[in-house]
Amino acid sequence: MSFEVNGKTYETDEEGYLADLSQWNPEAAEYMAKEDDCDLSEYHWEVINFLREYYEEYQIAPAVRVLTKAIGKKLGKDKGNSKYLYELFPYGPAKQACKYAGLPKPTGCV
Amino acid sequence: MANQTKKFLYINRRAPYGTVYALEGLETVLIGAAFEQDVSMAFMDDGVFQLKDHQDSGETGMKNFSPTYRALGDYEVTKLYVERESLEARGLRPEDLMALTYEDEDDDYKEKPSIHIVSSAELADILEIQDVIFNF
Repeated sequence: MSFEVNGKTYETDEEGYLADLSQWNPEAAEYMAKEDDCDLSEYHWEVINFLREYYEEYQIAPAVRVLTKAIGKKLGKDKGNSKYLYELFPYGPAKQACKYAGLPKPTGCV
Repeated sequence: MANQTKKFLYINRRAPYGTVYALEGLETVLIGAAFEQDVSMAFMDDGVFQLKDHQDSGETGMKNFSPTYRALGDYEVTKLYVERESLEARGLRPEDLMALTYEDEDDDYKEKPSIHIVSSAELADILEIQDVIFNF
């Protein structure tokens, strides 16, 4: 599968995750979010950028429990809870945000 | 049974690259960590190479996944036992390994080392008290 933004083609797996994460850019993120009827606010971007940094450092997409805790530490307790994260990403914060971040589905996520 | 924590030990005996055992073992640990059991890992034989600092997997054609071991603390996997005899037989010293740490929530988030160097006799005792053992 693939999609196209501004003349650039992005290959994805059958669930819509980017096949090649080095292809990622913010435009691709915006496009994938639009497809899910999700408008990316600065709060979405905080989480997306956090995930990209986490991946850069550890080479994995964190499980949702780990993400929640780490967000709390980095961005404050009012954001490090599942209610806040599920409001931003109703399809599951780890799953959905990782997709927009161009990362693979979190290890252990079904 | 509900609310019953079991002791899980994952034994890693193989070099990190060349086979997929080490990576698969690590992923299994990360997935298993979601079940909130009492998880520890043991590294022996060539498995001790998995924790070596400054890995370069370039010529193996595999991704260098060693940074992922640093995430284990986030997953509350905080007991990594390394067999001293295996290290010594391979000319490795404890300081050749990655300095893996975790933050102890019960102790004001102090950073503590996750790696414990143990003798094979001590490792035998650790094996003795486990409920479930996986070999990779």
